[in-house]
Amino acid sequence: MFLTQSKSSHLAYITRGSAVLFLQRCIMGAVVTHAVCFRHLLELLRRTAVHGESNSVLIVGPRGAGKTTLLNCALRELLEEKEVKRNLLQVYLNGLLQTDDKIALKEITRQLSLENVVGDKVFGSFAENLAFLLEALKKGDRSSSRPVLFVLDEFDLFAHHRNQTLLYNLLDVSQSAQTPVAVVGLTCRLDVLELLEKRVKSRFSHRQIHLLSGMTFPQYLQRVQTQLRLPDGFPDARFSHEWNGSVQTLCEDKSVEEVLQRHFNSSKDFRSLHMLLMLSVSRVSTANPAIRPADLLEASRMCSADPKANILHGLSILELCLIIAMKHLNDIYDGEPFNLQMVHNEFKKFLQRKSHSIYNFEQPVIMKAFEHLQQLELIRPVDASAAKTQREYQLMRLMLDQSQIMEALQKYPQCPTDVKQWAMSAFG
Amino acid sequence: MAALLQHPCYEEERLRRVADKLPCREVQAGTLLSVMGGPEQHSFPSIFIYGHRASGKSHVIHMLLRELELPHATVSCVECVSVALLFEQVLLSLFGCDAASLLPRSPSLSDFVRIYRQQCSHSPAVQTRYIVMEKAELLRDMDANLLPALLRLQELVQDNVTVILLSEIVWDKFRPNTGCFEPLQLHFPDYSKGELQQILAQDSHPSYSAELYSSYINILLGVFYSVCRDLRELRHLAALNFSKFCEPLEEGKVKESDTHKLWRNIEPHLKKAMQTVYLREVSRSFLLIAAYLASYNPARTDKRFFVKHHGKVRKTNFLKKHEKTSNHLLGPKPFPLDRLLAIFYSVVDSRVAPTASIFSQISSLVTLQLLAQVGHDDQIDAPKYKCAVSLDFIRAISRTVNFDIVKYLYDFL
Repeated sequence: MFLTQSKSSHLAYITRGSAVLFLQRCIMGAVVTHAVCFRHLLELLRRTAVHGESNSVLIVGPRGAGKTTLLNCALRELLEEKEVKRNLLQVYLNGLLQTDDKIALKEITRQLSLENVVGDKVFGSFAENLAFLLEALKKGDRSSSRPVLFVLDEFDLFAHHRNQTLLYNLLDVSQSAQTPVAVVGLTCRLDVLELLEKRVKSRFSHRQIHLLSGMTFPQYLQRVQTQLRLPDGFPDARFSHEWNGSVQTLCEDKSVEEVLQRHFNSSKDFRSLHMLLMLSVSRVSTANPAIRPADLLEASRMCSADPKANILHGLSILELCLIIAMKHLNDIYDGEPFNLQMVHNEFKKFLQRKSHSIYNFEQPVIMKAFEHLQQLELIRPVDASAAKTQREYQLMRLMLDQSQIMEALQKYPQCPTDVKQWAMSAFG
Repeated sequence: MAALLQHPCYEEERLRRVADKLPCREVQAGTLLSVMGGPEQHSFPSIFIYGHRASGKSHVIHMLLRELELPHATVSCVECVSVALLFEQVLLSLFGCDAASLLPRSPSLSDFVRIYRQQCSHSPAVQTRYIVMEKAELLRDMDANLLPALLRLQELVQDNVTVILLSEIVWDKFRPNTGCFEPLQLHFPDYSKGELQQILAQDSHPSYSAELYSSYINILLGVFYSVCRDLRELRHLAALNFSKFCEPLEEGKVKESDTHKLWRNIEPHLKKAMQTVYLREVSRSFLLIAAYLASYNPARTDKRFFVKHHGKVRKTNFLKKHEKTSNHLLGPKPFPLDRLLAIFYSVVDSRVAPTASIFSQISSLVTLQLLAQVGHDDQIDAPKYKCAVSLDFIRAISRTVNFDIVKYLYDFL
């Protein structure tokens, strides 16, 4: 009894905050995989925080590569030094939130806790305002200033602001010897430098840290193991041993390896791996106390399902017939746009061949089916100004390809054989 | 049989009650619950639930949130004309009206995040907060930064919050150009014919046996399933046509067990009712047509056109004098609301199911400037309207609903 009780609480631990668990592992994983980048970044930040140098750097990498995690790790290690913790000021800006320079400046003022100092002052320019803020950070004896770290998340979005004023001024400050400032930008765009104006680019140090994963499949498998294992300090050693054993068995399973290979081939980033593993772990319960290969398979199936195929499965048979009619029109007219009248016509040709037309619906019913397909965005009007023409004459394009339609027909529940045959015949 | 809805953090009994209210959706509810996790646990920052209309997305998530008493905010993106309404709704539901009042006049996303973070420091999340956004596809048409920011709200506000997006459009059509934080995708499959039968049969009528209602639903599905699989529409149709189905029983002509006779009676009626399903949605067109007729037909001619068995209308001298001046040259005349409704119901006959949304449809026509409201604002209970569309336009509309409007226009007699 005691065992079951504690087991369920352990399982609760496992399913609990898997996101948090994984986040911690992700951090360690990111550091391990990008050890060189980590060292480089840490060194850079230390030069600003401890030695008073100004710097700028861009961390570039695809979504889910671990940019923010890397920065957070470096900062965590940096802030362990008492000097740094005491002196370093941090300002976090995000391109999604601070959508123009005015908002950004307000946010900087707020984060530096200088709202009262600024008060109601009016500044002539952004540069003046920023200079004032940085001046205010100087220590009493004017000998030195506290170092400031500016983190610009979604850096590429700042490049769309008018005149790139914020970027220009921040990078300008990072070049002058006035205040020790570190400007760290994070972006998913590899071409970020192309977005910068010449005067901004010239003030940038051109230092970039690229997080492009060179992970091999064996390393990927190793990551899976480290993510799923319980940490050494887990209170119930016996449970931990059992669990880790099951994880080992899981990773040695052939079908699991195949699934992981498929995922690795489509994407190496940590985030999608995290999602897959989290879905597998969420299936753990008291009745099912270890991750089985079937769990991983099911999680994989969920992750890689074709959403359009799922939607096609739920269409009415009439709507499916209209899609088949559109497919035929595409075949005959080489993908030229069509309208409802043409589709209805094509459908009627099919109905004429049947002895009893149970699908002989009136115009409003066909229209409704057509509209539903449009609402689902399975068909799209060719241009937006089509609103002026009558609905049944608006030209549309089909947003599905041949293979999706044929696959949907195979999976469609109780699809009538004549409909299937019509789909497979060439030229309706 | 082991309950499908299980979680170590919630009592079995509670979960069983929830499962009873979610027929045929236990599997989806189970997956959702396991992803949501226990109340104090962090969940995935954003979850995208997609599936056809009336596939139970909103129903399941709200049932779970309510029954398990989890703090949440629901936003229907249809109603959020501006982002300010969205922010207000979220802050109101999660932190109360004081927090919502802190929002400035035209709040930016930056303001929203700032206030949220402030509120969090005052009342940190003991349990996961959920923000449910219905009709999430409309977020794509709002500010470009809104959707990506909502997907990673957990990171931006540093709080235990999860954003749940509900939509019938697939995620591929949401993804911004430069990518974003990918949400966890959950699919709510369509109900199978058997499941629809099971769910609809639950709405049985008190005066009749469950078997009778079940066979009625069976017949209904037989007729409508090939065009309509929307649970809400089918439910409406079932309610609408049940009395007709029971007519022969009421009249004593047949017994409950004479299913064949009952089928013979109802089947043609249902086939005709199929038009109803789809014209219900175009009642707005008929409303506009009725408005046009009210604007361009003199009131005294209404009896002639719209009352059945009107008898002959005698042309008086008065009529003859004004025959030459076409109403179409004079422009639309204002008409009171009750005249509009009278013409509407006459024109529409039995083709449209009466819904309470007629008034909201009228106001939407006014918003679209197809109808113009005339008169003073203080005449609340006697509003007058004018039809603001041209003859060509109304002819086009009439064609889409197979209505010959010219037959009803006084000027074309």
